[in-house]
Amino acid sequence: MSLLQIEGLNLSIHSFDILHNVSLTVEAGQIVGVIGESGSGKSMTALAVMQLLPEGARAAGSVQLDGQDVLRLSEAELCHLRGRTMGMVFQEPMTALNPIQTIGDQVAETIRVHEKVSKAEAQERARVALARVELPEDRFPMSRYPHELSGGQRQRVVIAMAIALRPKLLIADEPTTALDVTTQAQILKLLKRLVQEDGMGLLMITHDLAVVADMADHLVIMRHGSVVETGPSPDLFRTMQHPYSKALLAASTHQPDRAAQPQEVPLLEVRGVIRDYATARRGIWGKPGTFRAVDDVSFQIRRGESLGLVGESGCGKSTLTRAILGLEEVQAGEILLDGQSVFTGHKANRAVRRRMQVVFQDPYGSFNPRHRVDRLVSEPFYLLDTPPQGAARDAAIAEALESVGLTADDRHKYIHEFSGGQRQRIAIARALIIRPDLIILDEAVSALDVSIRAQILDLLADLGDRMGLTYLFISHDLSVVRQVTDRVLVMQAGKIVEQGDTALIFDAPTHPYTQQLLSATPRLPDTHAA
Amino acid sequence: MLRYVLKRLVSLVISLAVASLVIFLAIEVVPGDPAAYMLGMNAQADTLAALRDQLGLNGSVFERYTSWVGGMLVGDFGTSYTYRTPVAEMIGDRMWISLPLAAYALTLSTVIAFPAGVWAASRRGSAADMGVMGVTQLGVAIPNFWFAMLMVLVFAINLGWFSAGGFAGWEQGFLAGMKSLTLPAIALALPQASILTRVMRSSLLDTLSEDFIRTARAKGLTRRQVLWRHALRNAMIPVLTIIGMQFSFLLAGAIIIENVFFLPGLGRLVFQAISARDLIVVESVVMLLVFAVIMVNFAVDLAYAAVDPRLRGRR
Repeated sequence: MSLLQIEGLNLSIHSFDILHNVSLTVEAGQIVGVIGESGSGKSMTALAVMQLLPEGARAAGSVQLDGQDVLRLSEAELCHLRGRTMGMVFQEPMTALNPIQTIGDQVAETIRVHEKVSKAEAQERARVALARVELPEDRFPMSRYPHELSGGQRQRVVIAMAIALRPKLLIADEPTTALDVTTQAQILKLLKRLVQEDGMGLLMITHDLAVVADMADHLVIMRHGSVVETGPSPDLFRTMQHPYSKALLAASTHQPDRAAQPQEVPLLEVRGVIRDYATARRGIWGKPGTFRAVDDVSFQIRRGESLGLVGESGCGKSTLTRAILGLEEVQAGEILLDGQSVFTGHKANRAVRRRMQVVFQDPYGSFNPRHRVDRLVSEPFYLLDTPPQGAARDAAIAEALESVGLTADDRHKYIHEFSGGQRQRIAIARALIIRPDLIILDEAVSALDVSIRAQILDLLADLGDRMGLTYLFISHDLSVVRQVTDRVLVMQAGKIVEQGDTALIFDAPTHPYTQQLLSATPRLPDTHAA
Repeated sequence: MLRYVLKRLVSLVISLAVASLVIFLAIEVVPGDPAAYMLGMNAQADTLAALRDQLGLNGSVFERYTSWVGGMLVGDFGTSYTYRTPVAEMIGDRMWISLPLAAYALTLSTVIAFPAGVWAASRRGSAADMGVMGVTQLGVAIPNFWFAMLMVLVFAINLGWFSAGGFAGWEQGFLAGMKSLTLPAIALALPQASILTRVMRSSLLDTLSEDFIRTARAKGLTRRQVLWRHALRNAMIPVLTIIGMQFSFLLAGAIIIENVFFLPGLGRLVFQAISARDLIVVESVVMLLVFAVIMVNFAVDLAYAAVDPRLRGRR
């Protein structure tokens, strides 16, 4: 008998079918990776095991956990299992903890809910659990609140809560998606160690093939609520048969064709830029301190080039972007586009500003939901002194939409009528409409599924060739940067620590920080060997 | 934590100073000569001079302001022009009606709203939830003076359980005093309770859909345990804001209800003082109400910090 045996699981929410005939097993001590894109039903499968499904969900089939069918248990029996026999870790560590309870109390709660122990004993066992996830009491007192910890530390607390009672099954739903690569590597290592120590089964859900490639014993690939292929890892990467599995693997390592050659002339020049932020006053009458987010940064982008900017969250990437766009004034240094300064006095220079556009990460949050697409796309016209009117405006909108693979008729729709990938196309159309020279892509493909991401990368490469665009590609995802950039800058704590040809830096990084980033980046097994 | 309290205290003192200045300028300086205003157009020159002298209007604006503020700091609010009695005494009497009335109404509103809001939120979409939402909709819509008159009609005139108005006086005993405040308190509490119920419900529903609630459920907590241990305290933050605003409103905004029930409270005092052009009373009572509102806001700020560790700052 397997630890977890899902057989013929069907799930519908209200009248929508979510899962069809899903079957998978997890043995004790085994790591099973469930891979799929958004809407594949991978999270719903996990929630069905926990029986924490949204309202209106109906599950049929069987989900045997340690010999009991959880689909047939009462809510009281399920509460008994959750936290004790099965634990779960979620994607978003920033919001997964109660903000107004100490971490010690939250971990101790798992113990106190299930066992009649004294408060002191529960605290003592919570201390042990936190130490096991590498949050020792002497450096991370249990009286800390979640807001006093980083994202990776919070995720460790969530893991400590889930493993405090040494459950037989741990479910981790995208546990590292919201984290930086080095933190991700640490959390993955921790999960692996806990599985080995406790002999528990781990059901690991992710959209990222590379994350589970060298960790999972067994892989399950899901699409549209069904399992399309399963097999042992890493052999499955060579033996996979299903066209979708192959397409998923191909999209993960997709390399867009780029024909354009960068010219020698610099388009953007950043010289000695410093950006300071005021920090809170020390004491009521104290002076505010300063935090240097960008520290003496200099670089150039040549016309037609694609330059990558990588670094972990908080390293100053976004601040630098805002400075380049003229959204924030810098304290020292200068930023020139084609020889013209981004700032004139204390105001952004419109003549320069209209020659660069930005595409942000969030395809959902970066549009006003009450405006139609034509208004959204034509927004940058405000930067022009004589924006096109009437038919000329309509033609420009139609051209921008068509150039990103949408139709002119889409102009009348609202943003909620589009998928995530289509929204990102609209964001690109909005950037293109005033024919800029430079497009800044600020984590522009990070929120997209791999197959959509591959399409968008192709689109960007194609547009770059056709329109002679120059890209500044900002991302925390090193594998994508490797695929689409000519040169790369590595940023750490406000400074550029290494820069050079992308291929060169990825093959032979010289700075220790770059080496650390690259070694933390999960890699797919080499499938060409077979 | 200490820093947070100190910061709030500094802001409290600044707010009070600014408020006193605004009140003083609006009442004593901007309209021109207060004595001429109080006596009307046909006042005799010597009466005016006498009043000016009595009101202390002969000094400079700065002197008058400092003596007004200085007086208030030691409990001297001046003498009422119409009643010829110290304002401090008048306020003292009336405060013992307005303050208990506000507290009574707020207690009623909270006691009704908390369970009703929690009940509705924990049964979202059920008949109970819709019933609560319907009743509170009505509670918000009904004008409280009309509801007050309705209650007088039913409970005072027809049933004879309560007197239709007036205040028995605390010397008749605590219960007698509370009894005469009951109908006004209910009238005041009805709309407040309705608003508070709705805020409580929606705040709790927001909290219940947060990620950490799902985490708590994954630990094995029942729905009920999650509600009481995790959701409720997190949901309190917007509720506290509303409670603070309601107390301020109840203290200063009871004018109509005090008039309906002939209660000699602060609201009625201001109303009468304005009609009689008794600027000294108006000025002092308004300042007192501002003081109360600012103190309540300070208390709410402290309550925030008690509920939310993020406000206490890093250690």
